[in-house]
Amino acid sequence: MDLSSINPVLLLASLMVAATPLLFAALGELIVERAGVLNLGVEGMMITGAVSGFIIAVESGSPALGFICAAIAGALLSLLFALLTQVFLANQVASGLALTLFGLGLSALLGQGYVGIKPPSTPKLDLGMLADIPFIGRVLFTHDLMVYLALALAIAIWFFLHRTRAGLILRGVGENHDAAHALGYKVVMIRFAAIAFGGACAGVGGAYLSLVRVPQWTEGMTAGIGWIALALVVFASWKPGRVILGAYLFGGVNVLQLNLQAAGAAIPVEYLAMSPYLVTILVLVIMSAERSRAPASLGRPFHASH
Amino acid sequence: MFKIEKRPIPSAKWNWGAPIVAVLLTMVFGGALFAVLGVNPFLALEKIFYEPLLGEYAFYYRPQLLVKAAPLILIAIGLSLGFRAGIWNIGAEGQYIIGALCGAGLALALYPMELFILLPLMVIAGAIGGALWGLIPAFLKVRFGTNEILVSLMLVYVAEQLLASMALGLMKNPEGMGFPGSRNLQQYPSAHNAEIISGTGMHWGVVAALIAVIFAYIVLSRHMFGFSLRMSGMAPRAAKFAGVNPTRMVLICMGISGALAGMAGLFEIAGPAGQVSIDFNVGYGFTAIIVAFLGRLNPVGILLAGILMALTYIGGEITQSQMGLPLAAIQVFQGMLLFFLLAMDLLTNYRFRPTAKEAA
Amino acid sequence: MKLIKHLATATLALGVATGAMAAGHGEKTKVGFVYVGPVGDGGWTYEHNQGRLAVEEHFGDQVETVFVESVPEGPDSERVMTQMALEGADLIFTTSFGYMDPTINVASKFPDVKFEHATGYKTADNVSVYSARFYEGRAVQGLIAGSMTKSNIIGYIGSYPIPEVIRGINSAYIQAKKVNPDVEFKIVWAYTWFDPAKEADAAKVLIEQGADVILQHTDSTAPQAAAQEAGNVYTFGQASDMIEYAPMPRVSSIIDNWSPYYIARTQAVIDGTWETANTWDGIGAGMVGIGEITDAVPADVKEAALALKDAIASGDVHPFTGPLNKQDGSAWLAEGETADDGTLAGLNFYVEGITGEIPQ
Repeated sequence: MDLSSINPVLLLASLMVAATPLLFAALGELIVERAGVLNLGVEGMMITGAVSGFIIAVESGSPALGFICAAIAGALLSLLFALLTQVFLANQVASGLALTLFGLGLSALLGQGYVGIKPPSTPKLDLGMLADIPFIGRVLFTHDLMVYLALALAIAIWFFLHRTRAGLILRGVGENHDAAHALGYKVVMIRFAAIAFGGACAGVGGAYLSLVRVPQWTEGMTAGIGWIALALVVFASWKPGRVILGAYLFGGVNVLQLNLQAAGAAIPVEYLAMSPYLVTILVLVIMSAERSRAPASLGRPFHASH
Repeated sequence: MFKIEKRPIPSAKWNWGAPIVAVLLTMVFGGALFAVLGVNPFLALEKIFYEPLLGEYAFYYRPQLLVKAAPLILIAIGLSLGFRAGIWNIGAEGQYIIGALCGAGLALALYPMELFILLPLMVIAGAIGGALWGLIPAFLKVRFGTNEILVSLMLVYVAEQLLASMALGLMKNPEGMGFPGSRNLQQYPSAHNAEIISGTGMHWGVVAALIAVIFAYIVLSRHMFGFSLRMSGMAPRAAKFAGVNPTRMVLICMGISGALAGMAGLFEIAGPAGQVSIDFNVGYGFTAIIVAFLGRLNPVGILLAGILMALTYIGGEITQSQMGLPLAAIQVFQGMLLFFLLAMDLLTNYRFRPTAKEAA
Repeated sequence: MKLIKHLATATLALGVATGAMAAGHGEKTKVGFVYVGPVGDGGWTYEHNQGRLAVEEHFGDQVETVFVESVPEGPDSERVMTQMALEGADLIFTTSFGYMDPTINVASKFPDVKFEHATGYKTADNVSVYSARFYEGRAVQGLIAGSMTKSNIIGYIGSYPIPEVIRGINSAYIQAKKVNPDVEFKIVWAYTWFDPAKEADAAKVLIEQGADVILQHTDSTAPQAAAQEAGNVYTFGQASDMIEYAPMPRVSSIIDNWSPYYIARTQAVIDGTWETANTWDGIGAGMVGIGEITDAVPADVKEAALALKDAIASGDVHPFTGPLNKQDGSAWLAEGETADDGTLAGLNFYVEGITGEIPQ
């Protein structure tokens, strides 16, 4: 084993890229869950975003347009979920699972003519001097715009939740929808907006996979990342700052285990692969001791009875 | 304008009517999708819904429907108990895997000893394995107040990794030329969950599923436990006053659903699947959640929903091989069916009332 | 209500199958294909489907082909095969290792239908097995890789630690070592055949650790894209040509070319000359193709690679020719001795010089 062959600078830099799709999807789901809705369809929305973003980017030659359309596609799909759960009052767990099934099928159908094509490449940001700073420059300042957008989104969401009135209302809806309703807030409309935002974020995360990280389109290419994003929200105890930390940890476990393997360390891959999930469970247990916990109305249906 | 109002009791008429409307809607929209893809929609729908039941080769497909539906029904029955009480076990896929590993592990450890009670022992091992895996989120919930939806979901991925590790390592067939996968239990007579009557698809898992349906029906309609379940779901505080112990309720529900999922896994691995392989689990645990809701958490409904779901799988394969319809189209079709069924639920539990200008 | 009645009757009325027989078929010969992945995977299943299309093109109206994609290994595959046989298939190709036992099971029920199982080892009166000597192609890759590397580090993305993959690693290493004694292999196991994101990560990790040539035994083009982004890194197409990444980073490829075999076996069924066979063909028979070597490779290296390819094709050179030691230094093949097919089929050790352990 030769651990010296692992270059920490490159390891950290690739961590940032590996974590980005997770970060987008998890931040979107965080808002959804903060509004008291559990949408298990993240995987379905991600892959729909992946395929739509890919198709639009290939047809138009513009990755930016691809990302925008991926957001729209993810949001549109999530509105199906919103319609079912908020208007038709269907069960959220079942609706979310149905959304994933539907999204996987739909994306495969849409993407049939796009297998084996290369997308237009997404340019790296030229941050000039910053990239030349030793160590930090390579780790932090040599990425494409989306990496920074994801981080900015986390900060924006933190600000929104804790420093704005709208954020307060959103949290109120998630904690006690009956009280929020009694105060005159439109619970259903707020949740519609939150779900659509979550869908858009998942769509962008998916498109980051198909346009930057992989980059190509193949059926089923999200391969479970949507589910990891769900775990990540819990791991982060519904806090945007911890989502960043978690995304790097979750994305990092995989990159790290590959690095250790390449360095010749004989590691039990399966046990390492299950570690993020075990850690998440542990975090849930620890969290129960402190005050942070799941939004009280999470997953419960809301029906205005008067 | 209309106002949506919750019915005091679910409508009996719509309870049966809603699924039929949903299936019809799916046929219309799914048919349109097939037409867009250049396939004759009437023929495709006939292949999905008619061919497996009454077509030329129905003698083969009908038993296969049972084989495909049995694990779905068995798991869904267990889940429905918890869902009624507001306990959300969505990790049945993991419990299914662990049950299969425990039962198959027992058989592989004893190989090649022929023992007439081996299969029953394996069933017990599978049930215990599944139950223990299900009790982890239950215990964490009652002890620490963690959310069982999330913990049970996380444990699915842990179980999947364990399965891969077993298929590649501990349980690998020593005579398998180094390929992953265990010995085939179909070739180990004592351990084989064979068809009880050849050609009927009736293996012990199907029997267990039917027993579970009957048992659940009786418990829910005739027994005090069924009443406590519903009460904890609808009015937790009232249930507490009535002497229902919520902690015990969580443990019992998660334990039973885990045990049934574990048994389903064991029946599958000792019968139709035969061996521990990396991709042994094909999503029955997740599909069963959908089946439980489609069946409205009602045992007879779950039985029918399980068969309907199996029908779309088998019918879907027929349309693929006979009409060249891509798998993706079938998935979209299944997704539509679920959406419509879930949406139509509204008609069962709520009713529309014309109102004055005030909207709900 | 009608549908539910249908479902209910179907549940009760168990069709009793009586030794299911293939229905009589007309003039056309029907060939079925069972795929483990989607035809759009761009790798393994894609190439099998190319073989199917070649059969259609070659025989025209004489032959009808059917396929079902993304069929899980286990009971689902058994049902799909049975369905094809029932509907009159004369010849069925089952294209994944995990279909081995299901193929044998179904074949015993349909003695008149011929089955061809890819990459397995169990045969029967109506079951043949076929596979390709991909390791022959790996030898050619190894030669190019050993000549091209400047860092003397070659990265290798393995799928699962099974003989098929281990053979490839050894074969590539032996040739690379011959042209470049300082060469070192860094091996990463992805534990998947197909997961673009994971493969991309694996390639990036290897590049970060100094590899400037990447060999892959997983099926997506993600590693190619990662190499392209990194710049001066060479890769090879796997399973399919991946020509869209030529001339750089993809400098050559191993192509699974099933067409000649599929056409020959279909012809044999039409002629009534089909017999059980155990086919393991390589470059010579055209089952393993070497994709065009691009101009990024210096002329002399290209010439040496083509010479090696021809020598392997004609049988003059065997990629596993002694003297060769095992990784632990013990003797394996004496001077001039070649490995027998039995040992190769179950190969579970590295040759001397490769560092690291094969995971268990």
